[in-house]
Amino acid sequence: MALLDIRDLHVTFLSTGKEAVRGVDLTVEPGQRLGLVGESGSGKTVTAMALSGLIERWNVDMSGQVLFDGRDLLTCSRDQLRKIQGRDIGVVFQEPMTSLNPLMRVGRQVEEVLKIHTDLSPDERRAKALEAMAQVGLPDPERTYEKYPHQLSGGQRQRAVIASAMVIRPRLLICDEPTTALDVTVQAQILSLLKSFSTDHGVAILLISHDLRVVRRLCERVAVMHRGRIVERGDTDAVFADPQEEYTKRLIAAIPQRKRHG
Amino acid sequence: MKLRHNKNFTAGAAITAVMLLIILVGLVWTPYDPNAMNGAAKRLAPCLTHPLGTDNFGRDILSRVVEGAGATFLIAAATVAIGLAAGLVIGGLTGYYGGWLDEIVMRLNDALAAFPSILLALVLIALMGGGKYNIILALGLLFIPSFARVVRGEVARQKSQDYVALAKLMGAGDMRVLFRHILPNIVPVLLPSVAIGFNNAVLAEASMSYLGVGVQPPDASLGRMLNEAQGYLLTAPWYALSAGAAIILLVLGFGLLSEGMGGDYGAA
Repeated sequence: MALLDIRDLHVTFLSTGKEAVRGVDLTVEPGQRLGLVGESGSGKTVTAMALSGLIERWNVDMSGQVLFDGRDLLTCSRDQLRKIQGRDIGVVFQEPMTSLNPLMRVGRQVEEVLKIHTDLSPDERRAKALEAMAQVGLPDPERTYEKYPHQLSGGQRQRAVIASAMVIRPRLLICDEPTTALDVTVQAQILSLLKSFSTDHGVAILLISHDLRVVRRLCERVAVMHRGRIVERGDTDAVFADPQEEYTKRLIAAIPQRKRHG
Repeated sequence: MKLRHNKNFTAGAAITAVMLLIILVGLVWTPYDPNAMNGAAKRLAPCLTHPLGTDNFGRDILSRVVEGAGATFLIAAATVAIGLAAGLVIGGLTGYYGGWLDEIVMRLNDALAAFPSILLALVLIALMGGGKYNIILALGLLFIPSFARVVRGEVARQKSQDYVALAKLMGAGDMRVLFRHILPNIVPVLLPSVAIGFNNAVLAEASMSYLGVGVQPPDASLGRMLNEAQGYLLTAPWYALSAGAAIILLVLGFGLLSEGMGGDYGAA
């Protein structure tokens, strides 16, 4: 059974009447890395928000099904949703500068999810947090644990955010433009970090990005979204080699290249 | 939170520290018993034995200013504590949940804030009776709207920050998000309003006691002393000047502190 199975998802914002997502079907198998690409306004972020439970339900009209492990996230109660959030589904945002609580020590934020979802003792939580911080490549975890976010660089903050999502080993990690705000060199490091996490621990990743190069590096499958619909999907290599849709061709053509259409 | 060393903050901290020290010392020791009358030494001008002179009952004004400042300070602090505690809860919940709860509570808030607070306080005092504790209660209630408004605005602003969204996405409950993640982050904005609120409370207590409904004789408070001193403005001006100066110093100290903090956080 698919880990995540989105069936005919529609999302309409009540305030503007705009239908941002118009019938999206998407599946993510356990351990699979899927890239959802499209330009701004294509509905990719709204899709991710809908399935992570970030959209306030009274603000939108949603229909369809978002089955996570067989349970529909759109109809389950807030308490049920809260048990899944963080524990089974982790989230990483685009902007590492604002993703961390400025007044909470980094280590505390990494172990926050353990505090919410587990009965571990403070010492056990600390040990797990330090382990996760070491795994994401934060220098000197013992000292970084005590630091505040403003004492870290952008790349280090994003590592801390990833550590806080991964410390409990979720089954699905939703990454919304996780590298867009970072330097190119740091981008590559974060992407390989995500990739090794996914392969080492069997964590599925849903990557939201406008950047096809990022998707190509990380994901084995790709879905292209345009105006609220998925217009093309398939194995990343196949889609890149032989795009079927005009929109996909344009997206690929928009990638800056060293050689012209080689 | 590093406070930049600006003049306002330093001066405010110094004045406040001196006033607090005087008040603390006054709790255990004053030059004379503040309430001891001396018929032989009425309305003495400042001299060596009575540095600030004596009042119409021959009581030592320095001792009474020290004790009165303590009483005024305690009333103001308790008033701010009530207003802040209730303001945090009301502003926190309305700012966080928004929607109709926010609309209803905040319109009530507006209605309450629309009345002159001294007038409302007098009405409350008329209903409950005067005295130190009723003054604290009445002023505390009246201070709730301004704190609730500040807290609500700031909570609503923080609510849309990414780190709050992430905390929710980790499965944190509403109360955890509100009290553990959001409230600590509004403290920088709250501190200056606490200092300003404290100033208003000092002045409000002084006004109420001046009007005769606050601290009751023979106890001293700065407003009470001003009330008593007004009959002797020409014959014993040091009486009114001492009490007035103590009020000014208390208010000035906290005013400068809040300005110093506001400037600093604004720049940060």
